Amino acid sequence: MTSAPPTPPALQPLHANPWLTRTVRIADVIDEAPGVATYRLTLDGDTDPAAYSFIPGQFNMLYLPGVGESAISMSGDPTRSDGWTHTVRVAGNVTKTLAGLKRGDTLGLRGPFGAGWPVEELAGVNLIIVAGGLGMAPIRSLIYHVVHHRNRYGHVWLICGARTPEALLYRREYDLWRQHDIDVHETVDRATADWTGQIGVVTTLIDRLRLPHPKQTQLVACGPEVMMKYAAASGVRLGIAVERTWLSLERNMQCATGLCGHCQLGPEFICKDGPVLRYDHIRPYLFVEQL
Amino acid sequence: MLTLVPSPLALRFGEGSGERFYYFDKQLHMTASSPTLFFAKPQLQALLNELRGRGYCVVGPTIEQEAIVYSELQSVEELPRGWTDEQAPGQYRLKRRDDDAWFGFVVGPHSWKKYLFPPKATLLSAEKTETGWAFIPRAADSTRYALLGVRACELAAIRIQDQVFLNGPYQDPIYRERREQLFIVAVNCTQAASTCFCTSMNTGPRCERGFDLALTEIDEGFLCEIGSDLGRDVVAACSAAPATPAQLQAAETARQQAVDQMTRHMDISDLPGLLLGNLDHPRWKEVGERCLSCTNCTMVCPTCFCSSVTEVRDLNMETVERERVWDSCFNPDFSNLGGSPVRNDTASRYRQWLTHKLDSWHDQFGTSGCVGCGRCITWCPVGIDLTEEVAAIRETPTP
Repeated sequence: MTSAPPTPPALQPLHANPWLTRTVRIADVIDEAPGVATYRLTLDGDTDPAAYSFIPGQFNMLYLPGVGESAISMSGDPTRSDGWTHTVRVAGNVTKTLAGLKRGDTLGLRGPFGAGWPVEELAGVNLIIVAGGLGMAPIRSLIYHVVHHRNRYGHVWLICGARTPEALLYRREYDLWRQHDIDVHETVDRATADWTGQIGVVTTLIDRLRLPHPKQTQLVACGPEVMMKYAAASGVRLGIAVERTWLSLERNMQCATGLCGHCQLGPEFICKDGPVLRYDHIRPYLFVEQL
Repeated sequence: MLTLVPSPLALRFGEGSGERFYYFDKQLHMTASSPTLFFAKPQLQALLNELRGRGYCVVGPTIEQEAIVYSELQSVEELPRGWTDEQAPGQYRLKRRDDDAWFGFVVGPHSWKKYLFPPKATLLSAEKTETGWAFIPRAADSTRYALLGVRACELAAIRIQDQVFLNGPYQDPIYRERREQLFIVAVNCTQAASTCFCTSMNTGPRCERGFDLALTEIDEGFLCEIGSDLGRDVVAACSAAPATPAQLQAAETARQQAVDQMTRHMDISDLPGLLLGNLDHPRWKEVGERCLSCTNCTMVCPTCFCSSVTEVRDLNMETVERERVWDSCFNPDFSNLGGSPVRNDTASRYRQWLTHKLDSWHDQFGTSGCVGCGRCITWCPVGIDLTEEVAAIRETPTP
């Protein structure tokens, strides 16, 4: 109390005021599936190529004035410098309003927020990537990262599941990913007449994998919570340690910075400590009903 | 833990540097220690005038709607002089004292958090322009508050909210602006309510740090401890003199009375851990049947910090304000995910509140979220007592 406290280094603007909202413009829209579209969002007049940097697995808060905000993962290439890419499914008021916007329209954006995929810790080992439905969106950013640093990762399996073939996101890119030695497997809950692939849940595909070195393998998953729980359990059965399993969770998020309290699961603020969390840290809470 | 984003917390304080309460101590520069002073009771008005003269909005206890609440004060005449509060689970009554004590009561339904973390605050506004939406940050808040009558448990609560709003990777700008300009006149408790348990939480009743000035009321006047250079400057307006040994002894006796009157106790030896280790305990269901999910406990709690953001729009949707309001984990839609709540019954919401307050708060902020003020016990309409709930879970832990 008798000496002056140290002066802390200045906080980044977003850390000093997490409510700083920037105007972004819809640069293009790609329809992905019924009710699902990918938006590229750009800042007006900002030419700093680093402006759009993020860690795969992080999210932005997209704001439609008068409607509200929604936490949406980045689904694009983290090295791109021409905007943020978000794949959005119409689920509530914000996403419904967004779906009604067109190229050139503006909205608000705060971010990036959250802890993304642990790209450094994942390097050097075999990797099972599990994506269910729209969970493919934050997974795609990770795949871009893996493709850009392909020699840093071992064998990479990508197991994607969706309700129907048309709900499998980014199928047009699968061949490109395969060219980068990513072992893509796909499955659907309900097949259509032209579907010749697997039918069933993603865990049946995980269970079938022949892992040469389970102890040198990590598993990451994003999708419906129940799918991720079973995927993690399948991984454990294959010999993948809980400390090498990572899930991207979803909860009600309003502030995105751990200050509003909504997204808690046990001691974790999903927005700030996650959304990507290590399985052994959340396992005691993930299976408790209504926690 | 996963740390992909460099933590400004680590940058600011270094690992384990022990500088946890940066903001709390920042404004309390003191270049030399000062003896405890004494001033006569009417001099409190001089203190109030001095603070108002320095541009502070002085807020303190006063009576409204048959309760002692915190409100702006112009004069010491507005203090609840000669009144006390009787508290028990689900009960609060004002009663005339048989003396004329100025601070002869404990804590009421308000807490100081309403000044630092306002129940309603504009975060930013959006305006429609020719080129699209423009976002205007909120104007900086210039209100400077001086809090008069902050009890030890309340100093602890402010310290905890400092931890939440200022010492993490992200800061709350509204809290920061108000906190940086805050002046605190603490008052030591000289009595305890039946609902008080600050001695269990190690937060009181003695005001030890985190104030500019700290008063202890005795019959003939106030003893005044100085906690900052600014406090020393301000108290110069009060014609104070160094306290005599007899006055110091009388103050010690008065403060000891609060300790001796404390009847409620909470064992915290197995917290954190006890509650998160008993998430399936049948007691949650049992308390869930008594709890009305009314949110009172979270509204009166001096550390609860949950909030929601609402959209306030004009009729033609050209200007929209984003307004932050207090929220509560007892509101059903608090945990909404994809249109339905994660915590769908009252038991799960009570469990969230208590495990957060007493257990996971430690993981998140390095401290308990409870200061032992007893407000949640008093203001619970059905008298649920968290100290009883903890004891019940401890008594029959789930295997």
